[in-house]
Amino acid sequence: MIEKLPAKKMVITGDYAAAYGALLCDVDVVAAYPITPQTLIVEEFSTFVNDGITDAEFIMVESEHSAMSACIAAQAAGARTFTATSSQGLALMHEMLFVASALRLPVVMAVVNRTLAAPIGIWCEHNDSMPERDSGWIQMSCEDNQEVLDMIIMAYKIGENKDVLLPVMPCLDAFILSHTVEPVEAPSSDEVAEFLPKYEPQAILDPDKPMAIGTFTPPEYIQELRYQTHVAMEKAKDVIKKVTKEFASKFGRDYHGLIEEYRCDDADVVLMTIGTVTGTAREVVDELRQKGKKVGLIKLRFYRPFPAEEIRKIAENVEAFGVYDRAISYGSGGPLFIETRHALYGLDLPVLNFLAGLGGRDVVKGDVEKMYEILLKAKEEKPKEEIYWIGTRGVEI
Amino acid sequence: MEIVAKNHPLDKYLRTDRIPHIWCPGCGLGTVLNCFLHALEETDIDLKNLAIVSGIGCTGRVAGYINVDSYHTTHGRAIPFATGLKLANPKLKVVVFSGDGDLFAIGGNHFIHAARRNIDMTVICVNNYNYGMTGGQLGPTTPLDARTTTSPYGNIEHPFNLCHVAAASGAVYVARWTALHVRRLKESMKEALNKKGFSFIEVIASCPTTYGRRNKMPTGLETMKYYKEHSVIKHGIDPSKADIEIGKDIVVGKFVDIEKPTFDEAVHELIKKARK
Repeated sequence: MIEKLPAKKMVITGDYAAAYGALLCDVDVVAAYPITPQTLIVEEFSTFVNDGITDAEFIMVESEHSAMSACIAAQAAGARTFTATSSQGLALMHEMLFVASALRLPVVMAVVNRTLAAPIGIWCEHNDSMPERDSGWIQMSCEDNQEVLDMIIMAYKIGENKDVLLPVMPCLDAFILSHTVEPVEAPSSDEVAEFLPKYEPQAILDPDKPMAIGTFTPPEYIQELRYQTHVAMEKAKDVIKKVTKEFASKFGRDYHGLIEEYRCDDADVVLMTIGTVTGTAREVVDELRQKGKKVGLIKLRFYRPFPAEEIRKIAENVEAFGVYDRAISYGSGGPLFIETRHALYGLDLPVLNFLAGLGGRDVVKGDVEKMYEILLKAKEEKPKEEIYWIGTRGVEI
Repeated sequence: MEIVAKNHPLDKYLRTDRIPHIWCPGCGLGTVLNCFLHALEETDIDLKNLAIVSGIGCTGRVAGYINVDSYHTTHGRAIPFATGLKLANPKLKVVVFSGDGDLFAIGGNHFIHAARRNIDMTVICVNNYNYGMTGGQLGPTTPLDARTTTSPYGNIEHPFNLCHVAAASGAVYVARWTALHVRRLKESMKEALNKKGFSFIEVIASCPTTYGRRNKMPTGLETMKYYKEHSVIKHGIDPSKADIEIGKDIVVGKFVDIEKPTFDEAVHELIKKARK
């Protein structure tokens, strides 16, 4: 239960937006461990608990592994749960992430993307969440603090859908969102309650009706469970589209489902971005359009499930396609690049990868302009390279 | 005014390009590091054979400041790293320098098992009662009723008594001092460095920025005054009787100093026996 909260406009950090989103969703249990730059999320949430705004149970456990374990168990007992982490914390949770998804427990966890050691850094890189691609978690990235708050609310609605029943991981860029204040509109608790009904667990641990979950399972059964989880992730695509539409009609903010197109209609070349770089890229697109360059932009929102069809549909009508990545799969390319090339298999157009902002380095307008410059050139002549390390010492482009 | 000394006499132990350190004014960590460097100065440990391992947090920065082979590991994993170092090169003097959150929350399991095996290493734990680096959350050593950012109405969780944990887990040397007891702390560090086996020193430090100001000790000086008034030296006391509670005396001193074969010695003994 939470106190009645009116709709209001606040100037808040991305971390606060995540905590406030979880508060509005009336979560029952939060278990967490501090890690920069996530700490503020659970700290803010503990303040809501201590101020009596929510009667949620809050516990500071002894590690992220325990935090995820506690959330999984609480969810299995029928509670709506929330946690948050970053970087090393997420890596430590790795083992438990697979448990949450395979047991079909829709835990929601905000991940503040921070570079994964070594060496130790605290700034933004996506090499913490992207390796969790195969964990069975729905994974999406936010562009601004408003999207963070809205996405936490939608995450529960998507994850708890009976066709899905998967955990959801909304990601936000370290410091660029987590510690930066922006104006954010928060709906009232009543409106959120109308949008997000009370959590109805499918199967709960109940002493009156004993049940064992996650027990030792022989090969006769596991393969079918893997298949069912895969089908659920596929079904999540439609659910995500439906939920974003419903959210748009109720709250007036439309996130367009799995991806958001920006000036792609008549574009010759298109760049796909993720996270906060999208905002910068939008401006670059506007400026290049003023100069008569036919450039477009795709904001990738969901990494899992991956919107292959939507991306392919756009790529079919362009002459060069660029993918921005803030992480690298050593020896191959950026994770989104690998995924995109797979989605565009058979299409005859150059697909290029731009790596920038790793370890938290700023990605500025000039960097994005460079990406479009390379794409526009690739439209004319076959490029020599596929992967471009933008603004990297020792690398010439 | 004439500059008498251009360099600090302990500069040779520091990566001076990394100084000034990041610790807050009034923090006890500078004092503890200073004591450790003095202890090094007064022992005949060959710096070439000394390795410092730290985890994550404010104390975790120590490994980066001391100019010897050092490893700044991931959160909680200083002791397993140190164990690997010691196994690969048993001649190394291995020192773990880390905080209470790192060593006893996320890394708690490693601590008890390294002590149980009696791995030859010295663990110095700087206890500031909270997670300082992330802004002062409740941790495994936060005293009952203490206020932190996540327990604004007071802590309801019972804290660990670190010296009791160390002794019960099998440490051969266990001592506790506050950051006020600089000479005794330094002597203890020398003893621990010269001790064979798992030696443990808890240093109660000051953390005005994130802990003190929420618990009526808003400055480093006030914390030191508190430690001066409330510290009682009781050598050899059963560490289970040395819980830390708000408003009560802080029992300090050397609690354990025993002999036991180290893991390394036990391995070689076993090999000898097996080959007979």
